[in-house]
Order: sequence, then C-alpha cells, then structure tokens
Amino acid sequence: MKFKGSILVVDDEEIVRDSLASWLEEDGYHVDAAPDGPTALAKLAQQPYNILLVDLKMPGMDGLQVLAQAKSLQPDTPVIIITAYATVDTAVQAMKQGAYDYLVKPFEPEELSLLVGKLTNAQALRRENVLLRKALRRQFEFKDMVSKSPKVEAVFELARTAAKSNSTVLILGESGTGKELLARAIHAESPRRDGPFVGVSCVALTETLLESELFGYEKGAFTGAVGSARGKFEIAAAGTLFLDEIGDISLKLQLDLLRVLDTREFRRVGGSQLVKVDVRIIAATNRDLKKLVESGTFREDLYYRLNVIPVTVPPLRERKEDIPLLADHFLAQFRIEMRKPLEAVSAEALEILMAHDWPGNVRELRNVLERGAVLARGPIITSMELELVPPAPSPTPSGSPEPADSLREVERRHIVSILRHHNWNITRSAKALGIDRVTLYNKIKRYQIHEDD
Amino acid sequence: MDPDSLERVRRQVERTFARPTDLRVANGPPEDTLERRRGQYSSTKILRWILTTMASGRRKVLGITDVDLFIPVLTYVFGEAQVKGAAALVSTARLRFTYDERPASPSLVEARLLKECLHELGHTFGLVHCSDHACVMSRSNSVLDVDQKATQFCCDCRQRLWGLMDEERDET
Repeated sequence: MKFKGSILVVDDEEIVRDSLASWLEEDGYHVDAAPDGPTALAKLAQQPYNILLVDLKMPGMDGLQVLAQAKSLQPDTPVIIITAYATVDTAVQAMKQGAYDYLVKPFEPEELSLLVGKLTNAQALRRENVLLRKALRRQFEFKDMVSKSPKVEAVFELARTAAKSNSTVLILGESGTGKELLARAIHAESPRRDGPFVGVSCVALTETLLESELFGYEKGAFTGAVGSARGKFEIAAAGTLFLDEIGDISLKLQLDLLRVLDTREFRRVGGSQLVKVDVRIIAATNRDLKKLVESGTFREDLYYRLNVIPVTVPPLRERKEDIPLLADHFLAQFRIEMRKPLEAVSAEALEILMAHDWPGNVRELRNVLERGAVLARGPIITSMELELVPPAPSPTPSGSPEPADSLREVERRHIVSILRHHNWNITRSAKALGIDRVTLYNKIKRYQIHEDD
Repeated sequence: MDPDSLERVRRQVERTFARPTDLRVANGPPEDTLERRRGQYSSTKILRWILTTMASGRRKVLGITDVDLFIPVLTYVFGEAQVKGAAALVSTARLRFTYDERPASPSLVEARLLKECLHELGHTFGLVHCSDHACVMSRSNSVLDVDQKATQFCCDCRQRLWGLMDEERDET
C-alpha cells in the first residue's frame, strides 16, 4: 500500500489522541501520538514527520512552546495548532511563530480532510520537484560544466563512461572550450578521484625544461640541478596526469612519452634507475593531430596510443543554446565570489551574447560576463556593462570592398610569413605579432592558412 | 431501524465478505459515552464498549446505532473503525436526512447504511480511504459523498481486500 506520510498528534487528552489517530489512520497515514511537549520533542528528534497536529492548551509546555522547538528540530514540517479558544491573539501568535494553520475545535471533518490532504499533496509535489531538479541538473551538468546542447550532452555521457575506465583519453577542441575542466571532471568521476590531478601545459616550456618537468631529474643532471626532484609523472602517482597542448611537444619528447605509455616506467633526467608509474593519462590539444601526423610533426604511434578514447568538445558557436545556461552558471559563481546580488543579464545583453561568434569560446564568455559583473551597478547586467561590441552589420550596403580586401590580404600574408619564420610555432608567432594565441588561431582559421602556404 | 432493512444489510455484508454474519440486538450505548454538553456520543468510547460485548468465536464486530457520534476535535463522524482491528461503528443519525435536512426515504437510508457498513468493515480488514470517489472506501464527510459512491469496492480495493483477508486467515 502506498505510504501517505506520518503524522504526530500532540494532545494531553488520551481520547483526543486515540480518536484523531484512528480518524487519520483510516486515511492511510501512519500516526504517532504524544501526551505532552517533551515526549513530542523526543519523537521529533528521532524521526521525521510530514505533519504535526498540536493542541494549544496543555499543562506544562503549551502548544506554542512545542511549535517553537519543533521548528528548530524539523523546520520543514508544517505544524497545525488545534485550539478550543478562538482568540485572534493566539492564532496570530501561532502563525507568527511559523504555524502552517490553526483549527478551532470542534471542526468539520471536511476541514481536516482538506487541510491534511492539501499539505501532503504539496509535500509530494515539492519532493517531485526536488527529484526533477536533481535529474535535470544531472542532465545539464558534469561536475563544473553545464550544457543542454545534445552535442555536449553526448560528450558528458562519453566522459562519464570514460571516467570509469583507466584508458587514455584524448580531448580535442578549440581553446577556451573547457578541455581542462572536462579532464578534471573525468578525474573527479574516476576511481582515481582520491589521487592527485596534475596538469602540465606542454607548450609553456622548452624541450629540456618540459622533459625534467615530466620525468624529474637527479642531482647534477644539468647545470643548476643541485638536488634531485620528482617529475609530474611521479607526483601524479595513483592519480591523473593531464598533458595539455600535447600537439606542441617535440619529436624527442614524443618518443619518451610513447615509451612511458608502453612500459609504464621511465628514468629521471640524469638518472639510471627505472621508476614505475601508475597514472592515468588525459591529453588535450586544440590542434588537428591527424594533420600533424600526416605532415610528420607528430608520431603516428603516439597518436594511436593517445587516441584511445577521443572526446571532442564543440566550440561555443556550435552550441549557442548553452549561452543563457552558462550565463546563469557563471553569474551564480560571481554572486558568491563578488558578494554582489547579481540576478541575470538583461534581454538586450543576452541578445548580444547570442549574436557574438565567441572565438575564445566559453572562456571568453566567462571573461566578458566577469567584466560585466564587476561593472554592474544593479542585479541585472546590461549590454552597456558587457562592453561587447554588437555584431557588425552584415554586408556593407555601400562603399568599396576593395581596400578592405587588400588590407585583409596584407594581414594574411604577414601572418603566413611570421608563422614560417617561427617554424609554425603558434606561441612564438603570436608573440611576434603582438596578439594572443587564440586570436592567432582565429585568424589562421578565418584566412584558411595552411602549413603548405 | 426496521428489522427487515437490517436483515438485508446483514445479507449483503455476508455476501461481500464471504463470512458468516449474524445480527444481535444490544442494549446501549452506555451512559458514560454521552457527552451531555454536546448532546452527542463519543464514537471512540462506544467502540471500546463494543469490543467488551463481542461474542467469543467472532472475528469482527460492527455496531449500528442511531445516536449522533463525534470525536473530540470534530463536529461529528458517521462512524469509526479500528484499522486492521476487530471493531467498527456506524451511526444512522445523519444518514436519515437529505443534504438540506429533510427526512430521507427508508430505501435511501438503507442504501447509505450498507455503504457505511462495508466501508467501516473494510477498515477493520486493513483497507484505508480510496481516492476513487465511486469506491465504497472513499471518505465521506457528508451524505452527498455517501450517495455519490457505489455499494462496491473498486478493483484495486477489492483485490487488496482479498489479499488482506487471506493474510488474516493465515495469521490464525
């Protein structure tokens, strides 16, 4: 039989307790009874109740005192005060103290039926609401990532499955799409979650530095190595090692990495002893590894070693339906971090956010919103505060396209020459051009620049 | 109540629950079950008294009375029962009138009495109120509610009742 809920009846008169219990049991409720306040509070401390029916006038602790203490023990349990005295004062006082309602006895059977029925229905709805919200949250969230886009939902699903295994995961996607966040989420969902998550950006360091960073070194391995040090592989033992920008490592390091992945052991730089490793590798790149393999700059065997479970995070422009959800998500973070009563972005601001192309992806969106949150003077972030340029009006109605084209051509040629000069190293080329890597990537994409240019 | 009418109710009860059922006239209810201030009888107290009058070898006892019943917090009740217990009680006091306080026809009163008898006995086997307004186990707070429901258990309640009756038989 369906459990309708449990009710605690508090009354000093035995006949009232018995008759009310019997009446409510006929409705299918489980009924407990207490003859006085202290007994009622002891019961409340032990188990949850759906409804409390409390007589106002009782010797010793009266109904209002029981109400006050019950509210601290079970704040969500509605309390109905039963009183023989229809004074407005006590009713008002009871309601002020948080009573859900009060009944003046004797009352119509219908009244009690309706009141109790209404309360249990409302509770059932609230419970259902909480469950649905939870289910919805699970659908839209994967740890710190949110999305309701079917594409990303598929990524979350794949990542959840991947998390359970020990296999190497390769995360692909443009910069700012949240590759590291996804790697952290996979680690947090994996059986290794109690172990460390260690991240290394392979592009930030020179070949030799990266080598000692990954594998550690022994005293005297190189000038300045005054002591020995553990590398990231050792630090990540029993945990996850996240190799970001894997497409940017040198061929020599690629070989070293391949050996570790094969044998699960390595030597520290300048060391002779083999060190065993127990790490799960998650690699990420914003580059097209397949193309790099074709051009010979990335080892094919390493590519297959890494490409066990490939996960591609789509760029934000391909999941624009996520922008409102992400805006809410970031606003909730800023609300806590900045202690500002931020509520939402204005309709106009949201329109601008939706129209933007987001070359910097979710990271760019977060930055734009963070700036907006700092500047916001009220709970609503307006378009002015976003400081995002509205999308350029499409096709210029008049004017000559020629000069613009030629300027674009000049820019394209300049970028190609700088890239060539730096051997197609994005970081160094971006530095030379005075722009960040993301911007350079976007320009490469926009101008369709290829290495054979 | 007219004895013929009571006999028809007895037969229907016997048929519905498939248990031998007999009628007995008792002198009561006792004086101490009357609440003079309210001019009504305490159904809970009468229920307790009925239990003391129960003949040996009987599993259930259902009291039928024409006095108006109440429980302390409510203005009135049509009856009372021990859920999964032995005793039940039905009053005809309010069943004898129409919704607008005119006397109801004897056949209507008999039909209402039968419904309330099946309802309260249903409780003693362990059934609780049913959300199906046509089921005899739906709660009746007025004669209108009683008239609305059928003299039968809905499919769910009937199945549950059979299960509960089997359980009770196994327990003994």
